[in-house]
Amino acid sequence: MTSVPSELDTRFRQAAAEAGLLDVAYDVVESPLGELFVGVSDRGLCVISYEVDPDLQAERLARGFGSRVLRSPQPVAMVARQLDEYFEGERQRFDLAVDLRLARDFGRTVLEELGRVPFGEVTTYGALAARAGKPKAARAVGTIMNRNPVPIVLPCHRVVGANGSLVGYAGGLERKQALLRLEGALLA
Amino acid sequence: MEPVRIPPFETFYVEHKDSVFAHLRRLLGQGAEDAFQETFLRALRAYPELQHGRHLRGWVFTIATRVAIDETRKLRPRGELPELATEDGLPPHAELGPLTDELPPKERAAVVLRYGFDLPYDEIAAALESSEDAARQAASSGVRRLRERSRQS
Repeated sequence: MTSVPSELDTRFRQAAAEAGLLDVAYDVVESPLGELFVGVSDRGLCVISYEVDPDLQAERLARGFGSRVLRSPQPVAMVARQLDEYFEGERQRFDLAVDLRLARDFGRTVLEELGRVPFGEVTTYGALAARAGKPKAARAVGTIMNRNPVPIVLPCHRVVGANGSLVGYAGGLERKQALLRLEGALLA
Repeated sequence: MEPVRIPPFETFYVEHKDSVFAHLRRLLGQGAEDAFQETFLRALRAYPELQHGRHLRGWVFTIATRVAIDETRKLRPRGELPELATEDGLPPHAELGPLTDELPPKERAAVVLRYGFDLPYDEIAAALESSEDAARQAASSGVRRLRERSRQS
């Protein structure tokens, strides 16, 4: 069967984004930690995931943000570039709008506080809970970190246990270690 | 009947893009590329209004057919319709498009595909996502309607 020339396919995906018709534009980008699934809505960055199954991710995004989810690299390019710079050691903070519309109440407050933890430093689940106004909610903060919609950009890798242990990371502890090492927050 | 969930646009697009492109190539030849983009942009605009995920192939083929009619209509400004069949070398679908404007969508598509683009009924059936019989019926009732209308005017 005749198939669509790739140049035409690319042109449509770009036109769809330029016409402002997408709920989420996504792409899969390379990083030193492996491929990353990255999605952008009209309000900003809405997903970064180490789980790069596009069908699964597109289904999830369609449920959360609307059915017009399309792979379209152009809207994601700025996020990809800042991630590159971060991994190259040339960037310490991200200059990106983040779409947290699916996070509610305490979850949202915690993610906003998380965004203020600076490059190269670590904090603890309890300390972050306290900064979000619920000092006893360390465990809940752990769950919120585990479901962080935009890891790396919202730096849940900078949150560790009270005794200094790494505890956990949605992308696996090796990635958490690698990120902290990159930031100089972890020796060797 | 169990409502069929609407897939993410990506899934819908990947599933239908090649057959829609083939359809447009049959209808328009070289002009298919612009029509392809326009078809899926229209689909994207209308996508949030869909009530369920059934008959998406028929839905997008109908949009593609409409786009093909519009594309050919651009060749001739509106309101300059010829009295009878074309003599100036314009393809017949360029004339049929505007003439069939008021038919119900399915009949219009069937008439234009059959008599304008000269598609066989099995391909029309595929485009309309119906049986060959239903496609034949839609075309003939469309033609009947057009005859009645021309008698009245």
